Amino acid sequence: MSILSTQINPRSELFQTNEQSMRGVVTQLHELTAAVAQGGGAKSRERHESRGKLFVRDRIDHLIDEGSPFLEFSALAAHKVYESDVPAAGVVTGIGRVSGVECVIVANDATVKGGTYFPLTVKKHIRAQEIARKHRLPCIYLVDSGGAFLPRQDEVFPDRDHFGRIFYNQATLSAEGIPQIAVVMGSCTAGGAYVPAMADESIIVKEQGTIFLGGPPLVKAATGESISAEALGGADVHAKVSGVADHYAENDMHALQLARACVSRLNWQKRGKLAMRAPEPPKLDPLELYGIVGTDLKKPFDVREVIGRIVDSSDFDEFKRYYGDTLVTGFAHIHGHPVGIVANNGVLFSESAVKGAHFIELCAQRKIPLVFLQNITGFMVGSKYEHEGIAKHGAKLVTAVACAKVPKFTVLIGGSFGAGNYGMCGRAYDPNMLFMWPNARISVMGGEQAAGVLAQVKREQYEREGSEWTKEEEEAFKQPTREQYEHQGHPYYASARLWDDGVIDPLQTRDVLGLALAAAMNAEIEETRFGVFRM
Amino acid sequence: MSHLTSSESNLRTTPFDTLLIANRGEIACRVMRTARLMGLKTVAVYSDADANARHVREADEAIRIGPATARESYLNIEAVIDAAKRTGSGAIHPGYGFLSENGAFVKALEEAGITFIGPPASAIAAMGDKSAAKARMANADVPLVPGYHGDNQDDDLLRAEADKIGYPVMLKASAGGGGKGMRVVEKSEAFQAALEGCRRESKAAFGDDRMLIEKYLVQPRHVEVQVFCDRQGHGVYLFERDCSIQRRHQKVLEEAPAPGMTPELRAAMGNAAVRAAQEIGYVGAGTVEFLLDASPGQGEAFYFMEMNTRLQVEHPVTEMITGQDLVEWQLRVAMGESLPCTQEALTITGHSFEARLYAEDPDQDFLPATGQLTRFALDLAGTDLKAEQVRLDSGVESGDTVSMHYDPMLAKLIVHGIDRDAALATLNRALAALDIQGVVTNRAFLQRLATHPAFKNLELDTRFIERHEATLFAAHHYQPEDYASAALLALHQLTQECESNSPWDRHDGFRLNAPRTVRIALHDPKHSQAPEDASPLVVVEGKRHPGDPEWHLTINGHAVNGQTFSASLQPLIGNAVAITLNGHRRRLQAQHDGNVLIMVDPQGETRLYWQRIDAIDHGQHEVQASFTAPMHGTVVALLVEAGASVEKGIPLMVMEAMKMEHTMTAPTNGRVEGFRFQAGDTVSQGDVLLDFAPGE
Repeated sequence: MSILSTQINPRSELFQTNEQSMRGVVTQLHELTAAVAQGGGAKSRERHESRGKLFVRDRIDHLIDEGSPFLEFSALAAHKVYESDVPAAGVVTGIGRVSGVECVIVANDATVKGGTYFPLTVKKHIRAQEIARKHRLPCIYLVDSGGAFLPRQDEVFPDRDHFGRIFYNQATLSAEGIPQIAVVMGSCTAGGAYVPAMADESIIVKEQGTIFLGGPPLVKAATGESISAEALGGADVHAKVSGVADHYAENDMHALQLARACVSRLNWQKRGKLAMRAPEPPKLDPLELYGIVGTDLKKPFDVREVIGRIVDSSDFDEFKRYYGDTLVTGFAHIHGHPVGIVANNGVLFSESAVKGAHFIELCAQRKIPLVFLQNITGFMVGSKYEHEGIAKHGAKLVTAVACAKVPKFTVLIGGSFGAGNYGMCGRAYDPNMLFMWPNARISVMGGEQAAGVLAQVKREQYEREGSEWTKEEEEAFKQPTREQYEHQGHPYYASARLWDDGVIDPLQTRDVLGLALAAAMNAEIEETRFGVFRM
Repeated sequence: MSHLTSSESNLRTTPFDTLLIANRGEIACRVMRTARLMGLKTVAVYSDADANARHVREADEAIRIGPATARESYLNIEAVIDAAKRTGSGAIHPGYGFLSENGAFVKALEEAGITFIGPPASAIAAMGDKSAAKARMANADVPLVPGYHGDNQDDDLLRAEADKIGYPVMLKASAGGGGKGMRVVEKSEAFQAALEGCRRESKAAFGDDRMLIEKYLVQPRHVEVQVFCDRQGHGVYLFERDCSIQRRHQKVLEEAPAPGMTPELRAAMGNAAVRAAQEIGYVGAGTVEFLLDASPGQGEAFYFMEMNTRLQVEHPVTEMITGQDLVEWQLRVAMGESLPCTQEALTITGHSFEARLYAEDPDQDFLPATGQLTRFALDLAGTDLKAEQVRLDSGVESGDTVSMHYDPMLAKLIVHGIDRDAALATLNRALAALDIQGVVTNRAFLQRLATHPAFKNLELDTRFIERHEATLFAAHHYQPEDYASAALLALHQLTQECESNSPWDRHDGFRLNAPRTVRIALHDPKHSQAPEDASPLVVVEGKRHPGDPEWHLTINGHAVNGQTFSASLQPLIGNAVAITLNGHRRRLQAQHDGNVLIMVDPQGETRLYWQRIDAIDHGQHEVQASFTAPMHGTVVALLVEAGASVEKGIPLMVMEAMKMEHTMTAPTNGRVEGFRFQAGDTVSQGDVLLDFAPGE
């Protein structure tokens, strides 16, 4: 037992300022999340519900075990990406507990553009399936979609990770023994028809669900046959005639009940094994996270203050405490799960990188999941560091991170810049899930540094030409770059584009990680084989 | 009892050191308690149904005396005497009911040389025949209700006598009891028909159709006097009890002393009672029942009704106000000692109530209930009540089973207070502290009675329950606060429970960047079980931000759409919790009987059945009328032919259970497809009795 103590002073001016600024961005996040949760707005929701259909979030609430958690992914997907609003990219995804089993849920929101697939809708759907594959979680699709958003067919249809990938995933997930359950609660047209058809089990709602490769207008145009949607591909057709659907539901509620029953019959067993402990809340108060971290990335904080407010009993067994101390590594438990924590506490040096690689090897050997807490400006630069081979030491860390087969979870709690992002298990390193705090920033380098680098190049150009570049002109040159980096490095910008799985309230970090870890335990932890470490 | 004197005079009994209690339930336990205090070894007897009953567990020794049927066990004289002989029991306490007033039993004991804790056989016989008893009471100058108790049973003569007494009159079987063969006649023209009806019932029930006629008192109070006589010829009265609150001649609430008694009336009734006892050579504890005319202008008229030659169920209220132990008195007298007290030494302190707790369902015409008492406790921790204010005489404990074989009375709750109002307040608090789960009881009904303004205002008479039927049996009207409180309790329970260490198995409604949300469906419970109707009364949505102790509740459903509450819950001691709704804090006892939430306070109880909304069944169900046996019993008669088409409400079948008949009637128009049992067949609870096809 090594219980972390705290050095913070909640009455200090710094703490108070941090508290206030963080609370501000968290409140903004809550408000934005609440707005997104309204879907396509009151009017279209009213129209939707007047047909006897449940709103997508009500469907999920009734699908999952009442009172159990719902870990939603990327609620801010497509936020301010398209010319018109597409809240949550028109599809709600997440992990929910259904009949005692953690399942990935993918639910179209028909109140948003008729549930059609925008490019980011496709990306979000596929990301949810990836999570299902990685965690070995059964998938439930609540289908209510008009199919691809036709004006953007070039960004939706042809490429590898476009619409077709959804059905490829269904087939290959099913092949891996990961159940695929579809509930047809609205239209399922054209390509969409394959969601229920590709499912292991499918449910269709009377007078609501329709499945057809070509809808009545297409049929009329192609063959001249005049037929209603219901007669062409309604519940009666598919449950009684075609056999495309397996279960016939009276209404949405009944359909969800049937889906719950399907899951209860999966004979589902978790395969992951960890030496669990009884979960204990942290001894340090998580509410103080706001005041410790704040929103000013230039103000440093001891990352142990953060760790102590996330892990069970604030108990953290540090590894190599006094070596390479800009990277903090150690063992702890989150909601009873043993984890190895890798957290930044300053710029990365060669020693910190090597220490991180060593620690990751330990965790991979012992099959202990890894949690990365990113707050990194990058690796140290300068001749001293280049000469001692910081590049190869950094490469060791990147190799270890990339190859470790244990579940990996990354939380961006501050800056995430440059190669630091790679060494700390950024999106490209395939963490099981990646989340951002609302104060975090992500870009290839800081806006100031980028502006500086660009200005340096420009200045050299001016100097070659022998012309004058005033301080004012340089400042005017730098400002757009700073603004661009601030804009594109913002968590909402990142989350809107699915560079993460969601922006989270720091206060919920512990619960989010606990849920993610527990979900990951549906899959067996594989043996790791590392690549060549450059020595 | 400090002033006990051991009597050296006139011992006609052999001393005993082992006492057999020929009874069961609370009275057996209660008698044993005193016997143990007096240093006696206690012996219980039991039927097969009671092999593990509380009275058996508490006894030093216990003897099986036969199968469940009382006739073959607790009423089996030979088996009881045999049990006494096997255990060397020198005396038998009969309790009440069963063999307590059975002359043949007393005679058999006398022959076997075993002391009977009760009066001599002759005294029982003298009071057993009501007509003869009244004649003797008249001799002893005990006032009688005007009436006819003659042997001449000529129809015209009886009617003439009734006319002479003045209507309304009560026709009663001479050999009767328990409400059978009794009828009120309102006017002369109705007399003949009533007489014939009574005779038939009496003949069937008692094998004797002699009738007596009495004046029927419109607002009679049932006041009874406790008397005690020893073998030395002393007699005292231990004051009176008012047992006016009755249902179908079954006492429900009793109190002592009787309200509104003057010292003169008390002495007059007490002395009359002692005279009555001594007239028949009574020994031991007895109760002389009087009717006190409560109608205006009747002054202080009281009439002898009957004498019960046993220890009464309600004897504890007398013990509470006199500080005496009546069972100890009984045992001392039986040992040949003189009465422990003289009349002058007896005084009344304060006021006492007794409430009889039955396993029965007041909302289903008091249908007796059976099953396992998963919990049975008096949880005084959350109340301010002290142990000396409250006494629970119980025949059961948590985990015990209530069977169909015997009287459904589980226990008696007895309270004491400095005066009637204080005692009544204590009664209400104590009733709220009863934590009973698993079996339906009349607790809520007792609360409705005890909180009734008319009861508090002393509007006592034996027709109290009939008169106040409308208020006593009113359907529960739920308030939004009831829903909010129930939902809060359910949320509290749900968020506390966790099936495993996995955070997925918590039920605290985790949502990312949003308040936690949990929804609870509340139903009107059908007793302690799942509601019949799948659709809930309301759905309460609880939302709470992490770290916030308050839930924000929104109630949606009948008549309370969209009502909101800020709610928080604080557990207190035991079952007591404090619930704060929109800043209004209330204390109550919260009990969980499975998914039935029982919220009790001294004003009464509220029951709601809760479930997670995902437990609601949304599937389609075929409507099928169910005819299942409500409990173990016997089929008495099939009333229609199999295959008959019947109209809604037509009786189809009669079964008997717990000494009561239950009639199955057609729920809709339809056809009886067939019966699964024949008359005389035994059926178990839940058996399908008949098949019915609903039609148009």
